[in-house]
Amino acid sequence: MTSPARTVPLHRLAHARAGDKGNRLNIAVFAYEERYYPLLCEQVTEAAVAGLFAARRPSKITRYDLRRLHGFNFVLEDVLAGGVNASLFLDTHGKGLSFLLLTLPIVLPSQFAEADHER
Amino acid sequence: MGGADRVFIGAGAGFAGDRIDGAIPVVRTLAQADAPAFLIYETLAERTLALAQLDRMNGGAGYLSRLRSLLQPVIADCLRHRVRIIGNFGAAAPAQASKMIAALVAELGLPPARIAYVEGDDVLTGEVRTHLDAALARDGLPGEGLVAANAYIGAKGIVDALDAGADIVVTGRVADSALALGPLIHTFRWSWQDWDRLAAGTLAGHLLECAAQVTGGYFADPGVKDVPDLANVGFPIAEISAGGEIVVSKPSGTGGCVTAATVKEQLIYEIDDPGRYIAPDVVLDVTDVDVVELGRDRVLVRGARGRPAPETLRVLVCRKGGWLAEAEISYAGPNAVERGKLAVSVLTDRLRGQGHSAMRCDLIGISSIFGISIGDTGDSGAAVPGEVRVRLAVETADHETALRAAEEVEALYLCGPAGGCGVRRHVSQRLHSKALAIPRDAVRARAHFAGGLS
Repeated sequence: MTSPARTVPLHRLAHARAGDKGNRLNIAVFAYEERYYPLLCEQVTEAAVAGLFAARRPSKITRYDLRRLHGFNFVLEDVLAGGVNASLFLDTHGKGLSFLLLTLPIVLPSQFAEADHER
Repeated sequence: MGGADRVFIGAGAGFAGDRIDGAIPVVRTLAQADAPAFLIYETLAERTLALAQLDRMNGGAGYLSRLRSLLQPVIADCLRHRVRIIGNFGAAAPAQASKMIAALVAELGLPPARIAYVEGDDVLTGEVRTHLDAALARDGLPGEGLVAANAYIGAKGIVDALDAGADIVVTGRVADSALALGPLIHTFRWSWQDWDRLAAGTLAGHLLECAAQVTGGYFADPGVKDVPDLANVGFPIAEISAGGEIVVSKPSGTGGCVTAATVKEQLIYEIDDPGRYIAPDVVLDVTDVDVVELGRDRVLVRGARGRPAPETLRVLVCRKGGWLAEAEISYAGPNAVERGKLAVSVLTDRLRGQGHSAMRCDLIGISSIFGISIGDTGDSGAAVPGEVRVRLAVETADHETALRAAEEVEALYLCGPAGGCGVRRHVSQRLHSKALAIPRDAVRARAHFAGGLS
């Protein structure tokens, strides 16, 4: 009842998939459970994602809310080193970057102490 | 065909390198369907068509090199049970691909099939070239060195081919979703201005176009989101109603799973603004789409909305772009990371001023994917890895300089840090691509039949 707030990676509360189009990356993120969604709306912000992806120097980040699906679509512009045909990265598509987003620390208030998706 | 109120569409492949056996259980299921059934193959990623064009320039076939292997296991059952096949595996040579398929049909001792191919996506030649040149000029791109320029065309050519009785439709570049929208318009006679239904058909295609990515492929995260029998993941089948409701499922006896979560991940895959997904025949809005689990491995998707088709079509232009050298070497055991970093420092010194247009070094196992080290992501407690792989990637204008760069990694065997091992190197031709827009009316999709049968 009186458990304190804790910090967990977003990976414990949500799942994600990345896709590319040219030099633009999109990452769709979905809460495992509806009850986490308001929390994620507050904390998985464009600013938070900008911080995580700072090394990729995005020119613009947009969060589209997917309320019926309890998720978001993040669109990050100019983060793929020119895109699949120009990038020198090992992961030219940026496919693995969904898991960078899932490292985002989320502060879990005490009422979520018994989070089902904690591993 | 009049009167059908449902259509079944299965996925045969979701990319050029997809599993050959994935289509077999799909066809087995479609063969028993009590409604029109289609099998679609999406095999043209952004660079695949340009690679096929290069292949053709070098005397190759110009269509998907694995086409024969992909079709051989299923083509007899498809023809026997009237499961019609639609694929963009024609790549840069749809007419030649349809001839090859006709030969395969004959070789297997099957009755002749009606094989159609769709042309019109290639905008390098013909009258449409003036529109391409105008678009190139607008974007400040020179017109030389072009390998391929293809428009993402809509479903019209596929509909015409099916209306004319095609058993198999071979296309080059079309919008991936058009592979499914085509048979739906053909069967249900949807109007080209019925935007919500065109949107539903486009969404069905979007859900199917990556095959197993909607049935548990590219999804598993052990202990977090598990997928049963991933080794035998079933490819998807969608049942679409005349009203545009979509039920996604997979063949019985296959692995994988279809859940709200697998469908949601694919629903937003490669989408930017969910309210404005621009396809050639309609602008799709998935903002109000519902995803509902009906039962085990059955998920209902409904609520797509459409707005009028765009005035322009997306054209992907590819040009030759120099050479890419990639080479790797590993270090393991005590102090592996420091030895790897020393190797990077040696490579950087050796390659300085050698005329490379761009260069990148990564430590695989430390920082190659995110571009920052794991320790920087706030994920504390990351252990020092027991081994690390150094990767060099270099872009050069000429082949020789690329080879020299890759050789510098191999030379680390004798001249680099202790314990270097497992060198692999690879030099490949580079293609640069850019998306342009040209007026939709300038592009004409045309369906033809191979071998004069129609």
